[in-house]
Amino acid sequence: MHKEESKEKVFLGFWIYMMTDLLMFAVLFATYAVLKNSTYGGITIREIFDPPFVLVETLILLTSSFVCGLALLFAKAMDQKKTIYFLAATALLGVAFLGMEIYEFSHLLSEGNSYTQSAFLSAFFTLLSFHGFHILVGTVWITILLVHIAMRGLLPSNIRKIRLLGIFWHFLDVVWIFIFTIVYLLGGIL
Amino acid sequence: MEFLFGRLTLGALPHEWFTIGGTVFMTLAMIGVVAFLTRMKLWKWLWHDWLTSIDPKKIGIMYFIVAALMLVRGGLDAGMIWLQQVMGASSGGYLSAQHFQEIFTAHGVIMVFFVTMGFLFGFMNYIIPLQIGARDLASPFLNTLGFWLYVAGAILINMFFVFGGEFAAAGWLSIAPLSGLEYSPGVGMDYWIWSLQISGIGTTLGGINFIMTILKMRAPGMTLMRMPIFTWASLCSMVMVVIVFPLLTATVALLNLDRLLGMHFFTTTAGGNAMMYTNLIWMWGHPEVYILMIPALGVYSEVVATFSGKRLAGYTSTVIALNAIAIISLFVWLHHFFTMGSGANVNAVFGISTMIIAIPTAVQLFNWVFTMRKGRIRFDTPMLWFLGFVFTFSVGGMTGVLLAVPPADFQLHNSLFLVAHFHTMVIGGALFGIFAGFSYWFPKFTGIKLNERLGKYAFWFWIIGFWVSFGPLYILGLMGAPRRLERYDSVTGWQPLFVVSLIGFGIICIGTAFLVAQIIVSIKNRKKYADLTGDPWDGRTLEWSTSSPPPFYNFAVIPEVKNRDAFWEMKKEGKRIKSKYEDFEMPKGTATGIYIAIFAFFFGFAMIWHIFWLAIACALGIVAFIIFRTFYENTEYEMKAAEVEKVERMR
Ligand code: HEM
Ligand SMILES: [Cu+2]
Repeated sequence: MHKEESKEKVFLGFWIYMMTDLLMFAVLFATYAVLKNSTYGGITIREIFDPPFVLVETLILLTSSFVCGLALLFAKAMDQKKTIYFLAATALLGVAFLGMEIYEFSHLLSEGNSYTQSAFLSAFFTLLSFHGFHILVGTVWITILLVHIAMRGLLPSNIRKIRLLGIFWHFLDVVWIFIFTIVYLLGGIL
Repeated sequence: MEFLFGRLTLGALPHEWFTIGGTVFMTLAMIGVVAFLTRMKLWKWLWHDWLTSIDPKKIGIMYFIVAALMLVRGGLDAGMIWLQQVMGASSGGYLSAQHFQEIFTAHGVIMVFFVTMGFLFGFMNYIIPLQIGARDLASPFLNTLGFWLYVAGAILINMFFVFGGEFAAAGWLSIAPLSGLEYSPGVGMDYWIWSLQISGIGTTLGGINFIMTILKMRAPGMTLMRMPIFTWASLCSMVMVVIVFPLLTATVALLNLDRLLGMHFFTTTAGGNAMMYTNLIWMWGHPEVYILMIPALGVYSEVVATFSGKRLAGYTSTVIALNAIAIISLFVWLHHFFTMGSGANVNAVFGISTMIIAIPTAVQLFNWVFTMRKGRIRFDTPMLWFLGFVFTFSVGGMTGVLLAVPPADFQLHNSLFLVAHFHTMVIGGALFGIFAGFSYWFPKFTGIKLNERLGKYAFWFWIIGFWVSFGPLYILGLMGAPRRLERYDSVTGWQPLFVVSLIGFGIICIGTAFLVAQIIVSIKNRKKYADLTGDPWDGRTLEWSTSSPPPFYNFAVIPEVKNRDAFWEMKKEGKRIKSKYEDFEMPKGTATGIYIAIFAFFFGFAMIWHIFWLAIACALGIVAFIIFRTFYENTEYEMKAAEVEKVERMR
């Protein structure tokens, strides 16, 4: 028991880690804001922005966050089967999001709008892929977690890991909302 | 071939005198160490007792060793710079411009990242758990991992001797666009990038770990406002680390994207913005100098209180001052480029915010003076380092405030005056703090007191040498000598001052020799210098309540803290810590940190040379190790009360 209590400090550490991550995103947002109009005669965000497409991406991520929250609730209720289903669903939604992002990127690249074209495109690609990379890490993490749960059941340590994963995943959602607003909405509409 | 070896060709192997020299030296040193360990049959001991240990005390000592080695390396660079500047009148000298630039770049990077940071992390590892009455750090694993990433970075930065033969030549911060592909096409820049990335991540992990430790692991009764000042200072410094090191990582990553993938963040073409790099890097860079400074301020506070035999005057205001310094220093970075043209108003705001830092710094100074007032001061070596610091640091602070006046800075920026300013701060502040802490805590590390006489010689040679070598730089700066200059016309009349400066460097070297001699002599005569009490200075904080060196679990019984200066109060009440032992858990040693760091090292190496298959393999290796570790839940073992009793009896 004592042991489990002492593990609670992991959350403090994880939150601090999340803040360091947020600061890296802050740098990327700041560079994006500075370079947004440095299109060097190339494509602009207004031409990239495809509202329905981005909206679907957003909905996928929001749903995944919701599903991830449900997984945690089921885990706390010790319902192993449902926990596994919902975690798997979270990961699948993450993969779907990644698929859409890769599609968007390859579309841009195929039309010659590569990240080497202009400072704006460098910043755009970097910010989005940094977020996408986090989603990838999250899905790998979920996969490992599923193995853990399948092997050992809903141990307190596994529930703790689901809680940590939840923090991570919701955080990515929040970052995406910022990307959605700052990159797409403000850039594409204003 | 290109697929297998990337950019690495036979031409990259050493063929100049300094790369051959470096390579031969490192190879011989390695052979020597390996032979020694093999002959003495020490491999097992080294691996089990040290390399895979998670004991923060041992990791602390390993930090010291690596940092000391890097100090020698950085010191050699310094000597080469100085010599060239003496010989550089009328285009003389023995170094090419390119080589000179590489040397001062390496010097700065090594001194900041691998020497000062290394020593500070060493102290924090060793001392913080003892000061807060804890048996370990919050996450022993992150701690080894952080340490080994630091080592990986330190080795990587020395690898350019063997592979490539060139280092970055754009200054310790690699300001863009000079650091971009266009002007620095070689691998030297990539060595800079990857050794900072790897060791920087280690530093961030360390920062997270120490914050967790200080906030969550304190002994019962030790409220925040009862913490020793060194712990407070470290907390402030580590909070700054987790705030600004991510900025460094991100910025350097963007620079790397420019170089590796041809992006345009900081280039001069396609809309890139080089000034953004200057801003971003200094947002980290200025706080970084305070990250180095603040723990040293903490060391001084401990030293003054102990050697004045008094409680630190103005504890609360000292804590507030430390926090204020930490916070304000996040908002002053622009003073490093007043000349870049941000406009008069912006310059004024940052000039004033910079000067405000002098206020909390002065608060500390006054508190130290009041602590000494009416105290029974003992002038042992740690106290001497402290007094030397007070003098030197005051001068440095004043020249800093001078530089913070934008119109003055337009004259002094990028001159040797600036170089003199920051060396006054970094040597007179941070390095003297390290020396003070080292002589203060050495008896705790080893159970041996240091020879006082040699320590005093070392101090006097250092401080005199410091002023002889940096005093002239102030004057040279005022005469208009720019920094980073390897050749100049002799009609400038600068050469005599450079000669004086080189003599000062010689005096510093003698001081360093005394430091080394002091350690050797003391260890050789360890019987004579032994300290069996564990409390040679009549200390005030909990680290002195343990034996020297402390047992691996630090405290057999976790102390109850009722007051500030907990140990002092215990001594006054005459209470010995009672010996009713209980079982407790201790972390097991692990080699995972080393393995991950090895992969990180080869990852960095592969990225430098564009050997992408190796990079991918190493990245997968790291992921595999992390996943493996999540399956390995049993990281602790039970320490039985009976066992503790056995160890305690042997003392
Ligand atoms: C009252 C305190 C301080 C003030 C007002 C101050 C002010 C300044 C200013 C204005 C500059 C920029 C000058 C220029 O580039 O033209 C500067 C540079 C520098 N300072 Fe300080 N400083 C202070 C304390 C410190 C401390 C405590 C440290 C280190 C421990 C430090 C290390 C440095 C370094 C390394 C640089 C130069 C970096 C470079 O350009 O490569 N300073 N300082
Ligand atoms: Cu500064």
